Amino acid sequence: MSDNVKPSENTPVKGNSLMRDAIRRLGKNKLAVAGGIAIVFFILVALLAPWIAPYRYDAIDLPNQYLSPSWHHPFGTDSLGRDMFSRVIWGSRVSLAIGFVTAAVALAIGVTWGAVAGFAGGKLDQAMMRFADVLYGLPFMFFVILLMVIFGRSFYMLFIGIGAVSWMTLARITRGQIMSLKNNEYVEAARSLGASPFRIVFRHLLPNALGPIIVYVTLTIPGIMLDEAFLSFLGLGVQAPMTSWGLLASDGKNAITSYPWLILFPALTLSVVLFSLNFLGEGLRDALDPSSRNRS
Amino acid sequence: MENETVLRVSGLRTEFRTDDGILTAVNGVSFDIAAGETLGIVGESGSGKSATCLSVMGLVPSPPGRVVSGSAIFDGRDLLNLPPEELRQLRGKEITMIFQDPMTSLNPFLRISTQLTEHLVLHERIPKKEALERAVEMLRRVGIPEPEKKILRYPHELSGGMRQRVMIAMALLPRPRLVFADEPTTALDVSVQAQILELLRERKAEMGLSLVLVTHNLGVVAGLADRVIVMYAGMIAEDAPVSLLFARPLHPYTRGLLDSLPDPEKPRGNELAGIAGTPPVPIALPDACPFAPRCFRAADVCRAKTPQLETRHDGTRVACWFPLDGGAV
Repeated sequence: MSDNVKPSENTPVKGNSLMRDAIRRLGKNKLAVAGGIAIVFFILVALLAPWIAPYRYDAIDLPNQYLSPSWHHPFGTDSLGRDMFSRVIWGSRVSLAIGFVTAAVALAIGVTWGAVAGFAGGKLDQAMMRFADVLYGLPFMFFVILLMVIFGRSFYMLFIGIGAVSWMTLARITRGQIMSLKNNEYVEAARSLGASPFRIVFRHLLPNALGPIIVYVTLTIPGIMLDEAFLSFLGLGVQAPMTSWGLLASDGKNAITSYPWLILFPALTLSVVLFSLNFLGEGLRDALDPSSRNRS
Repeated sequence: MENETVLRVSGLRTEFRTDDGILTAVNGVSFDIAAGETLGIVGESGSGKSATCLSVMGLVPSPPGRVVSGSAIFDGRDLLNLPPEELRQLRGKEITMIFQDPMTSLNPFLRISTQLTEHLVLHERIPKKEALERAVEMLRRVGIPEPEKKILRYPHELSGGMRQRVMIAMALLPRPRLVFADEPTTALDVSVQAQILELLRERKAEMGLSLVLVTHNLGVVAGLADRVIVMYAGMIAEDAPVSLLFARPLHPYTRGLLDSLPDPEKPRGNELAGIAGTPPVPIALPDACPFAPRCFRAADVCRAKTPQLETRHDGTRVACWFPLDGGAV
C-alpha cells in the first residue's frame, strides 16, 4: 500500500485503458494464449497459402488418387489425386475469411440491433424484435438464395448473406443483457450527470454485456464455416476447384469408411480452430471483466 | 442566507401507472431552495421524496412514470419543460445528484478515473489531463487517501464508504449550484455515515452550493439541514426550519416521527412510540387527510376534506386541520 507513493500535486496522472488491462490479464491465461497463437498461426497459413502449399489446390493427378497419408502427401490425396495438405491450406483462406468477416458483420448488426431494442424498450423494442423473429422464421437457405439471386452470386455476397442470417441470436443475447443491466443505478447516475442515451448504451452498458457476446461469437464462427460448406455444396458458395474446410469435410464424409483421412484432416483442423477460438473467447471474457478472479 | 432562490418548484405532480391504477407519487408539491441552503426532505418509504427529486431532475422512469403538471424554475428556466437536450446540459453541470447505494451506482466496468472525468470532458470540454487533475484534487478533498493511485482503481476495489466518497466527488466535480442527495448515507455503516455527513457539510459550505437532502433519517436532517420538508403520501405535511420543527412540530405526523426517535435522556426500558398503521398507497385517494386513519387528533373534517398547505406568519407551512399549536396564525 505505502510503497512507491507518488509525490502528489504535479505528478501527471496516468490513465490505463481497459483494453491494455485486459491484454495484460489475457497474457496470464495460458489456454487463451495458446488459442490466440493457434489462431494467428492459421491466419498466417491462410495469408501465405501460395508459398507454403506444396501443390496447387487444383493440381489434378489422377494416377495417384486416394493415396493414404505419406511423406509426399501428409494428408493423403482425394478422388482426383489432389494433395489434401495443400487443399487444407488453401481452404483456410475461404474458411477463415468467411468465419471472421461474417462474424464481424453479424456482430455489428446483432449487437447494435439488440442494444438499441433492449435500451429503448416499449414499442420500438417490440417492433425490432418481431422483425428479428420473422427473419428467424424464414428458412436460412431461402433467405441466402434470395439475396444471391437479387444481388448476384459473389464471394462477398456470401459474407453478407450468412451475416444477415446469423445476427438474430446475437441481437437477442445483447438485448437480454442490456435489459437486465439498464435498471442498474449506475445508469441512472450516468444520466444524472448528463450522459446521452447513445453514450449510456455504448460506453456504460455494452462493456458490461461483453462476456456472453464474446463467447457466443466464438461459438458462431465454426457454425458459420459449416454453413458455408452447405452453401458451397449447393453450388452457391465457393466454386470448385477452389475449396474450404467445410467443403473438404463434407466431401470427405461420403468416403469415411474407405478413405477416412479425407474427412479426418479437414475436420481435425476445423476442431483445432474451434477449440482455439473457444479458449481465446473465454479468456477474453475473463480478461475484460475487471472483477474476475484472474485479476492481480 | 435568505438570498436568491435557486430552485422554485410549484404544483409538482408525478404519476406512475401501475397494475392497480394510477399511483400519484408526488401530489402538488411546492417549495423553494435558496442559494446555499440545505433542504431536508423527510418521509417514509413511498412518501414521494425520491420521486420529487427525480421529477425535478427529469429522471422519472417513463413509462410508467410521468410528470403530470407543475413547474421547477431553475435559472429562469422550467426544468420540467426543457427540451431533453438542454436538460441534459444542465444535469451534470449545474445540477447533480448523489445516489443512495454506492455499491451499485458506480459502473463496475469503468475505472474511477473514467467515471469521474467523463462528464467533465463532455460538458466543459476541458482536456482529459486537466479533468483528471481536477478529479484527483476532488478525491483528495472528499477524504480519499492517495487519490492519484485510487483514481485508477475499479469500483470493486474500494470499500463502501470510499465509493460513496467517490460518488460525492462525482457530484461535486462540475461545481454545481444544486445537488440532490438521495439517501446518501443509508447504505453505509453508522460510523461512516457520520464521516460522510461531515464531509457533505464541509464541502457544501466551501462551495456555497444548495443541497437537497432526501432521507428517512431525522437524525441526518437534524445535523445537516437548514429547513425540513416532511412528506406524507406524496404531499408536504409540514415545512419548517430545522430548529423549529424539532422544538415545536405542527403536524401530528411530524410529532409521531419525532416521538419514534430514541431519546438517550429517557429512562431505559421505555418502548419507542411508533405510529400505528402504515402509510396509504397513493392510488385514488379520497378527498381526506391521508394521515387521518393514523392520526390521534383526527376528526370528521379530516376524513372529509384534504387540508391545504397553509403558510404561517413565520414562514413555516403545515397541512393539517388541527395543527399542534392550536392553529395560531
